[in-house]
Amino acid sequence: MTALLSIRGVEAAYGAIVALKGVDLEVNQGEIVTLIGSNGAGKSTLMMTIFGNPRARRGSIAFDGRDITALPTHEIARLRIAQSPEGRRIFPRMTVYENLQMGAELDGAAHFREDLERMLAIFPRLKERLHQRGGTMSGGEQQMLAIARALMARPRLLLLDEPSLGLAPLIAKQIFAVVADLNRREGMTVFLVEQNAYHALKLAHRGYVMVTGQITMSGTGAELLANPDVKAAYLEGGAH
Amino acid sequence: MGIEVFVQQLINGLTLGSIYGLIAIGYTMVFGIIGMVNFAHGDVFMLSAFIALIGFLVLTTILGIGSVALALFIAMLVGMVLTSLWGWSLERLAYRPLRGSFRLAPLISAIGVSIFLSNFVQLAQGARNKPTPPMMQEVIPLFERNGYLVALSYKQLIIMLVTATLLTGFWYVVKKTSLGRAQRACEQDRKMAALVGIDVDRTIALTFVLGAALAAVAGTMYLLYYGVVNFADGFIPGVKAFTAAVLGGIGSLPGAVLGGLIIGLVETMWSAVFPIEYKDVASFCILAIVLTFMPSGILGRPEVEKV
Repeated sequence: MTALLSIRGVEAAYGAIVALKGVDLEVNQGEIVTLIGSNGAGKSTLMMTIFGNPRARRGSIAFDGRDITALPTHEIARLRIAQSPEGRRIFPRMTVYENLQMGAELDGAAHFREDLERMLAIFPRLKERLHQRGGTMSGGEQQMLAIARALMARPRLLLLDEPSLGLAPLIAKQIFAVVADLNRREGMTVFLVEQNAYHALKLAHRGYVMVTGQITMSGTGAELLANPDVKAAYLEGGAH
Repeated sequence: MGIEVFVQQLINGLTLGSIYGLIAIGYTMVFGIIGMVNFAHGDVFMLSAFIALIGFLVLTTILGIGSVALALFIAMLVGMVLTSLWGWSLERLAYRPLRGSFRLAPLISAIGVSIFLSNFVQLAQGARNKPTPPMMQEVIPLFERNGYLVALSYKQLIIMLVTATLLTGFWYVVKKTSLGRAQRACEQDRKMAALVGIDVDRTIALTFVLGAALAAVAGTMYLLYYGVVNFADGFIPGVKAFTAAVLGGIGSLPGAVLGGLIIGLVETMWSAVFPIEYKDVASFCILAIVLTFMPSGILGRPEVEKV
């Protein structure tokens, strides 16, 4: 397998606060890879550093063999990397429909109708809300919209930042099922950040553990699930 | 005020308000997307009136185009192109380098550009009023009452028609095209806009270009209406258009047009009843009152959003 996304020794900071202290990580074509860690470990920063915001101060990031470390954010996105970011970031004064259009912008809107139908089939809730403004929806609905918006781009790499955050367990489960399904049937490559470590490791082929800006452990999902340290730190009472 | 004066002032006010509305859009759009008041916008408007004047004179006297309407139309197009270029360079040179700097920096830069522009025009064109030859003097009489003829002039009709057409086209661009969506996306969440592949810098530059192009139309219409332009004409109409944008709710496009029409009407109605010297006072009192009692304006949105 070739690494679709390869992160080497990446350091990033917000002003004087160093958030990433030399991260090495790989995501291969067709894989689901998860990154787990506690609040403030730097997971979301890594997701944004892939997009150059904040930019890596040291180290390199390559996508499909091409160095993207210094590329402007929108050009990185145009390589078909889509993200459902931390805090969902729905365009609040655009309708659900327009938010999905924004997602499809990367795809040149060539498959808009078809993809729209597909998203509305996956998330029927969005169909009911299609002409409602994004900012007026509930957190769970916004989360679905953020994921659907990312999928509208037909991404080669899908980055999901805490897709289960704030969702009812049933809906969270449904979203993980959607991700697993897209991966299995279409071979979509997924890089997933989660606090809900149990579900994430169950779903992922491989996983990394991040502590204060550094990768401390990696392995297959099953290995990490069985690891006593991971169990103690991230899975206590979380296996439900 | 009799009904005849009222109707006449209504016509005059809507004409003037159209011009203010066109300028106000430039203020409100730029504010919406980068949260900055582009104080040089009034001077861009003044500059475009000069370009239209020069263009018009070149076309009619040197190139010998007989049709006033055609000459004016071509002069307007030339003005739109040149002021768009100016708007683009302005953003590039005076504002973009300051993005990410402290909030006041671009504002100060804008005031600097404004002073530069009006002084440049004063130097290049002289300080006196520059008149156009008389044009389009025809009027359409509407009715006569108490010996007072209420009329709609060709100029007024043209100004209102051009404004309405342009605003319709503009509304379509903002609502229905991918450029408009990109603009709204940058306005609502710049970081996310970049994540869906939008070139934020380019979108901001295009916003300046669009605003400048609309100001160029306003400048041409102003020239047509008053038949005269002066290097200092960027200031008062500029601040009035800014007032219109604030009154309508800064950041809101329909608000800018509505605010423009209201300011135009207030000004003309005031002039019909009170001493005309105080008409600017009336407009600026509105600015003070709106800022004090309803800072988000008529159609503006409150600051807080559900996240």
